[in-house]
Amino acid sequence: MATVLKPQSVSPRLATLSRILDHPTVLSVIFMLPAASILLLFLTYPLGLGIWMGFTDVRIGRPGVFIGLENYISLWYDGVFWLSVFNTLLYTTVATVLKFGLGLWLALLLNHSLPFKAFIRAIVLLPYIIPTVLSAIAFWWIYDAQFSIISWSLERLGLIDRYIDFLGDPWNARWSLIAANVWRGIPFVAICLLAGLQTISPSLYEAAALDGANAWQRFRHVTVPMLMPILSIVLTFSVLFTFTDFQLIYAITRGGPMNATHLMATLAFQRAIPGGQLGEGAAIATAMIPFLVFATVFSYYGLQRRKWQQGAADD
Amino acid sequence: MSDFSRRDALKLGAGVVAGAAVASTIGGTDARAQGAPTLSYQIEPGATLRVLRPVKFVQGDETVWLENTKKYTELTGVQVRVESEGWEDLRPKSAVAANVGKGPDIVYGWYDDAHQYPEKLLDLTDLAEYLDKKYGGWYDVCRKFGMRDGRWIAIPLGAAGARIVYRKSWLNEAGFETWPKDLDGMLKACQALKAKGKPGGLALGNAVGDANTWCHWIVWAFGGKMVDEQDRVVINSPETIAALEYAKQLYETFIPGTLSWLDANNNKAFIDGQISWTINGISVYYSAKTSNDPQLKAMAEDIEHAELPIGPVGRPTELHLTVPAMVFKYTKYPNAAKDYIRFMMEQEQYVPWQNASIGYFSQPLRAYEQSPIWTSDPKHTPYRDLMSKMLWPGYAGSLGYASAGAMADFIIVNMVAQAASGAKTPKEAAAEAQRRAERYYKL
Repeated sequence: MATVLKPQSVSPRLATLSRILDHPTVLSVIFMLPAASILLLFLTYPLGLGIWMGFTDVRIGRPGVFIGLENYISLWYDGVFWLSVFNTLLYTTVATVLKFGLGLWLALLLNHSLPFKAFIRAIVLLPYIIPTVLSAIAFWWIYDAQFSIISWSLERLGLIDRYIDFLGDPWNARWSLIAANVWRGIPFVAICLLAGLQTISPSLYEAAALDGANAWQRFRHVTVPMLMPILSIVLTFSVLFTFTDFQLIYAITRGGPMNATHLMATLAFQRAIPGGQLGEGAAIATAMIPFLVFATVFSYYGLQRRKWQQGAADD
Repeated sequence: MSDFSRRDALKLGAGVVAGAAVASTIGGTDARAQGAPTLSYQIEPGATLRVLRPVKFVQGDETVWLENTKKYTELTGVQVRVESEGWEDLRPKSAVAANVGKGPDIVYGWYDDAHQYPEKLLDLTDLAEYLDKKYGGWYDVCRKFGMRDGRWIAIPLGAAGARIVYRKSWLNEAGFETWPKDLDGMLKACQALKAKGKPGGLALGNAVGDANTWCHWIVWAFGGKMVDEQDRVVINSPETIAALEYAKQLYETFIPGTLSWLDANNNKAFIDGQISWTINGISVYYSAKTSNDPQLKAMAEDIEHAELPIGPVGRPTELHLTVPAMVFKYTKYPNAAKDYIRFMMEQEQYVPWQNASIGYFSQPLRAYEQSPIWTSDPKHTPYRDLMSKMLWPGYAGSLGYASAGAMADFIIVNMVAQAASGAKTPKEAAAEAQRRAERYYKL
C-alpha cells in the first residue's frame, strides 16, 4: 500500500531563512565571516593604522596630527634611511639566492635513498627550530672580535695572524649577517622543496631516462618544471621573511657598525620605539610595502607561468 | 570620575608631616638632621605593584633589591612583582607601556625616558621634595632629569658610572705611575700601553651604555655639544672636530674590533686579559673581586679606577647611565607606588643596596656620599661623585623628544665611530651628525 507523504507545514519566516541560507553566496559569506573578521582585526586594522601613522607626527605618549608626506620627505633626505634600503635589498637578494641554491642542493641530496633518512631530515631542520634569538647569540659569539671560534681555528691553523673583524668592518658585518640568515633559512627551503620533489612521479624520470636524457637534462627538463609551483610559493615566503628580518640584526649588531647593517625593519624599530618617533618609524615600515608587493608579485606570478612549465612559449 | 577619585585619595593620603629625626646614620655621620621631614602615604587597600627595572649587571644589586622589596611587602602588605628587563629592551618596553596605558606601575628606566612621555607620568613632587630635604639635597643634574615644567616626573635612583678601569702593573710597565688626569697625558699613556702590546678598548658599536657615555664625554671635553641652550644644533663645530681628531688618535691605540663592541664586550675582553684599560662601571672589578678563580682574584688586586680626564674645557664633562624611577598615571595604586620608591630611597634600604653592588649605582642625593661603600675599599671611591660631575643627554639644551630621539639614533656614537675608524674625516662625520641631529631638533 502506497503511503503519500504530505509536506509538513513550515512557517513562512523559516522558509525564507532556509531559502536565504541555501543561497551559495550567502552561505559562503557566512562561512568566511570568522576568518575575514580575524583578518580585518589583526591584519588589516594594524596595517591601516601603521600607514596612517606614517602620515602623522605621533610620538610615544603623545597623539600626533596629520602632516601629510612630511615624514617621507624627511626620509628622502636621510642618508641612514637610504643605507638601510640598500642593506635590505642586498641582504634579501644575496641571502635568498644562497638559500635557494643551497636549499635545492640539500633537498636533492635528501631525496636520494640514504641510511637514517628520517633522522637526517630531522637534523637538517634544527637551525630552523632553534629560536632565532638563540641562534643569533650563538653567531654573536662566533663572530666576536676577541673570542671568535672561526678566527681562533684559522689562527691555530696558521692561516691568519690576527682575528677577523667580522662585525666591526661594514662589509664583513653585512656578509656575516647574510651567512647567519642563510644558515637559518636553508632548512625551510630544503624541506619545502624536498616535499615538492617527492610529489614528482618516478615514471617521468624513467621516461626521460629511456629517451636518453642525462642527469642534468632530467634535472633541467623534469625536476625544475615540476618543482616550479612549490618553488614560487617557497620563494615568496622566503623573500618576505628575509626582507622583514629583525631579530638576527638586532641581537648581533643592533644595526652597527656605523649603521652599516641596519635593515629597514631595524631602523623603523630604532626610530619608533627607543627614539619615540612613532610616525617616522611607521613611515619607514610603510616604505617597505612597495618592495614587498613587488617581490611577492615577481616571485609568485613570475615563476608560475604554466605554459613555460609545460614546454610551451610564454605569452 | 576616576581622576577625581585618584586626586582625592592623593590629597587625603599624601601629607608631609614633620616628625622627629631618627637617630640613624650613614657611614657614621648623622645624615638626617633634627627636624627632618617624614612622609607618609595612605596606601590603597589591596594594593599590588608591578615594578620593571634593568636586569642586574652585578649580582648584589638584584639580591638586595629583592630583599628590600620583600621587607616592604612584610611592612605594608603590598605585594610587589619585580621584573627585570635587558638593558636594550627596557626603553622599548616602558615606551610601549606609556603608549598603550597598561603595564608596570613603576619603571626604572634610562636617562631622559621620563621626558618622552611626561604627561603619562604621575607627579612625584612631594616625594622628591621630601627626599631632597631629608638626604642633603639632589645634585643639580638630578633636577634636570627629574623635573619638567616645575614638577617632578621622575625620581633619579642613581647612575651607573663610567670610569677608567685599568691594570695598574701594566700601566707602570708603560712608564706611568697612575692614570693621567688630562687628555694629552691619557693619549700618551694609551700609546705607551699599545707599544707594550697592551692595548685598551672602548665600545664603538650601538651600545646604549658604554658607547654613549664615552663618546659624549670626549665630545664635551673639547667643548663640542649637540645643541646650545636654545636647542639649536651646533654639533658641527671646530670643538667637535678637535674632539674627533683626538678620538682618531685614541682609536689607534685600541684592540681591533671595537667598532662592533656592544655593552658586554669590553667587560669580557678585560676579564680575559686582552685589554689593559677601558671605560666602564665598577662591574669589571666586581666580577674579578667576587670570583673564586685565583687568577681573577689576582687581577682584582691589579685593577685600579680613575676619573675621566678633563679636556680643554677645564671641567668634568661626563655622562653616566642614569636611572629614573617613573610611576605611570594608569596605576591603580599611586600612593603605594610612590611609597615603594620612597622606601627604596630611604637609607635603611639604599645603603645596603649600594653596599651589595659595591657602588655600581652612584647616588643622586648628597647624603649618600657618606655611604661606607665609598671608603671601605679605595678602589670604589672614584665612582662616588658621578652625579655631581655629569651632564645630560642633549647637553646644553633641554631634555625631551629630540634629545631622546637623537641619542636613540646613536648620532654622537656613529659620528665618533666614523671619524675614529677613518670611515669619514672628522669634518665629514661632524657635518653628517649635524644633518642627522637637525632632523630631530626641527621637530
